[in-house]
Amino acid sequence: MTAEHPMVRLAGVSKRFTKGKETISIFDHLDLAIPRGDFIAVMGPSGSGKTTLLNLLGGIDRADAGEIAVADHRIDGLSEGELAAWRAANIGFIFQFYNLMPMLTAAQNVELPLLLTRLRSKERAERVHTALSVVGLADRVKHRPREMSGGQQQRVAIARAIVSDPNLLLCDEPTGDLDRQSADEILSILQLLNGELGKTIVMVTHDPAAANYAKRILHLDKGRFVERELAA
Amino acid sequence: MRSLWLQVAAVTAINLKSIAQRRWLSLSTVIAIALVVIVLLAFLAMANGFQRTIAGSGADDIAIVLRAGSQAEINSTVNRDQVRLIEDGPGIARGSDGKPLISPELYLVVDGIKRSTKTKANLPLRGIGEQGSELRKDVRITEGRMFNRGSNEVVVGKALLREFEGLDLGSTVSFGATRWTVVGVFEAGGSVFESEIWADLNVVQSLFNRNNIVQTVRARLTGPAALNELKSYSDNDPRLKLDVKSEASYFAEQASQTSDLIQKLGWPLAIAMALGAVAGALNTMYSSVAARATEIATLRAIGFGGFPAFVGTLAESLLLAVIGGLLGAAATYLIFDGVTASTLGGNFTQVVFDFKLSPLLIGEGVALALIVGLIGGLFPALRAARLPIVEGLYAN
Repeated sequence: MTAEHPMVRLAGVSKRFTKGKETISIFDHLDLAIPRGDFIAVMGPSGSGKTTLLNLLGGIDRADAGEIAVADHRIDGLSEGELAAWRAANIGFIFQFYNLMPMLTAAQNVELPLLLTRLRSKERAERVHTALSVVGLADRVKHRPREMSGGQQQRVAIARAIVSDPNLLLCDEPTGDLDRQSADEILSILQLLNGELGKTIVMVTHDPAAANYAKRILHLDKGRFVERELAA
Repeated sequence: MRSLWLQVAAVTAINLKSIAQRRWLSLSTVIAIALVVIVLLAFLAMANGFQRTIAGSGADDIAIVLRAGSQAEINSTVNRDQVRLIEDGPGIARGSDGKPLISPELYLVVDGIKRSTKTKANLPLRGIGEQGSELRKDVRITEGRMFNRGSNEVVVGKALLREFEGLDLGSTVSFGATRWTVVGVFEAGGSVFESEIWADLNVVQSLFNRNNIVQTVRARLTGPAALNELKSYSDNDPRLKLDVKSEASYFAEQASQTSDLIQKLGWPLAIAMALGAVAGALNTMYSSVAARATEIATLRAIGFGGFPAFVGTLAESLLLAVIGGLLGAAATYLIFDGVTASTLGGNFTQVVFDFKLSPLLIGEGVALALIVGLIGGLFPALRAARLPIVEGLYAN
């Protein structure tokens, strides 16, 4: 079932960038299948296409050719509006620099994805509280980002990513801006979300220690997965 | 739909709350817009004050008779025979003694010195008939007394006294070859007559060698409808080549000429400045979009649409514009409203008036500010709505 209906399926995906007169091929007929409930770390040198892969999976960038399906849903043919609605329902993004709104409190930041749903204010507040509790920040609801450490801000970002219960979490260097201890805390939370809540996670990282928290590590080089291994 | 408005509200709130992060740039835009509004409202307040002073001077039941084709009193002449014919005309009210309520008047230009600049200016000296002051609304001697008939005495309008020197009560002034004594100060409900000097008609005629001539005749009508009777009487008598108008319409014409001129100066100047303010607003809003590129892209990645980003950016621009507009209106009110000035009226004499702001004018000023904000915010808002997510996420 899982093999037949993976959470993510890429088939023959090509992506090129044009820089001046030069065209750079990032992916050329790339194939990939990620089972539901998997936790994958994508590693590779700069320019290997890690972030581009994440952007394509999240529907914020478009492939030049090929098929992309997430949770049995083809997204490569969707319009901008359809993609926005699809992202709201299916994807949770976690960024390296957290990307929180500095003028909003932790609770207001976490509530943002819920504004795209039909939930009433009270239900939204309950969900926000739950999400912040999962990341251990239930006592920081009224704090603004500048009043929190980097690790705490990233936990708020994780709460924002999971509050609408998406199928897939896409993490772009989620520990790249954190010290070791904070990074371990964040990675433990991701492991918890994967292990306990069954979230499928794709995490791009340069950090081998971070990658070891994943179930699998994929090495990407020059647009190709050159090595696949199971994490210890 | 509810979700869309929640998105719009959220993005707008985020934009507005983030203005403080760009406070200096935003402040410069607010000030630029405020300056535009100050310039516009100063001109409009001037035109409005002038118009209120002039147009408020006339009454519907007072007829003013001038030589046919005369645009103003200064270039009109009415001879003694014509005055007598007018006295016998229809529709003219009569006093308890049976005499017609009319005032033949001579309007002359004399020199005065402005208190503020110490420069010479033309002042109106009006010789009025016996009924002259009764034919004008709200005329009241506030200091001294009315001039005596047959003497070299004058009374001075309150506004004129405020703006010009040498006309204080009891002082002696020279007009032409004659010296006159100021024996009274009058007010006339803030009308244009407060910018005049009044004396006895016969004395003025005599001392300025205009014995058989006046320039206008004012007559109280039995009612506003009687104007047409007097008009047709004048039109049908070949001895009377005269124009008969209601005093209200005469002053409305006089007011519109000058206030139109002021407005025609004010609007182009304000619009030219507004173009500069639009450039400033565009710069501010493009900077705002650039500074918020990551926030906008993050919201779009989460699932927000382009429309909320558009509305939020436009709302920020409009808010800055409204603040600028209100600031400009408040500054204009504090600096200019009620300030007394004088300028040449239709008779080539100085008319003293107060700058007067009104809610309608403030509305015009804020509307211009909003137009600046709308144009200044529109293109940056489109950029915000169309910002590629990937580009925005990695912008900063």
